[in-house]
Amino acid sequence: MSFSNYWRAFFQKNGATLALFLIIAVGTWLFMMIILPQLFMLDFSIRANVPPPKFGTEEHYYTLEHYKYMIFGSALSTDSFNIIDVTVFFRTIGAAIFVTLIDVALCYPIAYYLAHSATGGWSRLMVLSLIVPFWINEILRAFAFKIIFGSTGVINNFLVSIGILDQPYDFIRNDIALWAGLSYAFILLMIFPIYNAIESLDKNQIEAARDLGAPWWKIHWRVVVPHAKPGISSGCTMVFMLTAGALAAPQILGGPSSLWFTQIIYQGFNQAGNWARGSAYAIILLVSCIVLVLVMMKIAKVKFGEMMK
Amino acid sequence: MSADVKLESVWIRFGDFIAARDVNLHIKGGEFFTILGPSGCGKTTLLRAVSGFLTPSEGSVLIGGENMAGIGPNRRPTALIFQNLALFPLMTIWENITFSLEVKGVRKAQRKKRADELLELIALPGQGEKMVSELSGGQKQRVAIARALCAQPEVLLLDEPLSALDLKLRQHMRTELRSIQQRVGITFIYITHDQGEALTMSDHVAVMREGIIEQVSDGTTIYDEPDTAFVASFVGENNRFAGKVTNVTDSFAQVSTPEGLIRARCSKSPESKVKTGDDVYVFVRPESLRFVSGRLVDNQMKASVYHEEFEGNMWQVFLDISSTRKRVKMSYVNDGSIRSHSGEKDLPVGFSSEAAIVLPQGPLAAE
Repeated sequence: MSFSNYWRAFFQKNGATLALFLIIAVGTWLFMMIILPQLFMLDFSIRANVPPPKFGTEEHYYTLEHYKYMIFGSALSTDSFNIIDVTVFFRTIGAAIFVTLIDVALCYPIAYYLAHSATGGWSRLMVLSLIVPFWINEILRAFAFKIIFGSTGVINNFLVSIGILDQPYDFIRNDIALWAGLSYAFILLMIFPIYNAIESLDKNQIEAARDLGAPWWKIHWRVVVPHAKPGISSGCTMVFMLTAGALAAPQILGGPSSLWFTQIIYQGFNQAGNWARGSAYAIILLVSCIVLVLVMMKIAKVKFGEMMK
Repeated sequence: MSADVKLESVWIRFGDFIAARDVNLHIKGGEFFTILGPSGCGKTTLLRAVSGFLTPSEGSVLIGGENMAGIGPNRRPTALIFQNLALFPLMTIWENITFSLEVKGVRKAQRKKRADELLELIALPGQGEKMVSELSGGQKQRVAIARALCAQPEVLLLDEPLSALDLKLRQHMRTELRSIQQRVGITFIYITHDQGEALTMSDHVAVMREGIIEQVSDGTTIYDEPDTAFVASFVGENNRFAGKVTNVTDSFAQVSTPEGLIRARCSKSPESKVKTGDDVYVFVRPESLRFVSGRLVDNQMKASVYHEEFEGNMWQVFLDISSTRKRVKMSYVNDGSIRSHSGEKDLPVGFSSEAAIVLPQGPLAAE
């Protein structure tokens, strides 16, 4: 079907009003909210850092200095690499991968249970109790985690009182509070895609595998997980992207010595007044995340089309 | 290796609903046994109790003499073929077939070899690398059988596996299934609502109604000597006359019906004995009804033809009995000598008393 035929069919199917609305709404959203800001960001990142009045002047020249700075640091520094920023970058990516894995491990069993074992009222109650906590806003939830993981928090008090710990453990300094907070923050985005995928699996296939002698882990490994793979990938992509780009939770739950890469971007924009560097760092994070996700999809042999199902 | 299967006083309840009531069956090793019944009669439930997906509320399941209580489906010597086959769509054909070996940790080379042997058996040689979606309905069917056989079960359980196929293929697969069963020599328990499948393939048939086994026997006995009104009305077509017994001898009864006195054979089953004054049904097969010309038969009445179907080898004649307007069906083989009777009125029709059977009134199959 040619391009113009496609549009004619689209208009005929939806009627002129709806078709026009869809095109304008989706077009505006895509162009104004996503593409244009990113283009500006990209433009900022490859120009010299000057105050707004000098935009467009000769001092606002094109340069890759901000990208170089991310890797090699300031020319005044004695180190050959920008150790702090590079370390924070890799630690952030690593932690985001770790949080994603924790979420898969937590959500797969829940999603499987919801899709294939839970019945009627019980499953509705479970879905409700998963969703309702997210009516509380993100900042409040992060502070709540800070309280329960604090040195005099519920968890430490309990562990000390039953004698497992002699003295309170510093969950915050050791990033455990941060991982827990981040894992919890995007849990729904992992559960629902996996749930959707597993729900469409024919129950007879599970029974057939069992009937042929498969133990439960084999049934999951050979039958359920391959079927749910697009859902798992979709959940992982969202959780990974959002975790790597999270700001509030690391700000509140992060230990004094652990910086999240987004916090450095934030500093660039807000504290250092260096929008150009902030933009360059943001672009680096975005591109790295996309590349990583595409590579992982290639390795897991998942196609984009499957993930949209 | 084939094992016998015994169900002893099996009850299966789901809340208030009873899916199986005091079921006692003995299925001999190596036989093709069919459980026949209308949908919702509990036959699939019974099969699930044998395969281990379901635990009977009471009673026990024995396979090869061993009580299966507490033994899960993955540890029973049974393999189940599902109604929708439940092949694994993300595996190749050979992986599907040898899944039970993969589970046991058999090496890949050995598994492939076994897959080739089984593909040979099901007449799909060299198709192992294909995906399930590339096969036709009948081929999928055969792969499902091979996958089940690969587990080397002693009992193969089949849950209406032919119901999704078209008529031609279904008839072909009947023959195929029967010959595979005879080749591998294991016990087959086959579930169906299709009496044609039941009668053509089975050594023995159990007819089931609402959780009760009504009769267990070989196909011809089920058809010719039904024990209950349900079996008579469910298996094959039957004309039914309701009436009261006026006289009984050893093997014949006289029944007074609105259509007149009918003399018919009594059932041999002790539970279906009738006595004078009982409300009964008389069943007459369409092929036992005849146009009567001159020579006398025991049971005669006058009827008009209101509809006629010519099927080539058979004539199906639909009749109105003149005295009561009751509708009956007659069918006879087209031997070339018979013309159409369309629209003819008040023809003498009849049937011999040996061809009619008297059974106590009871539940009937849905029309």
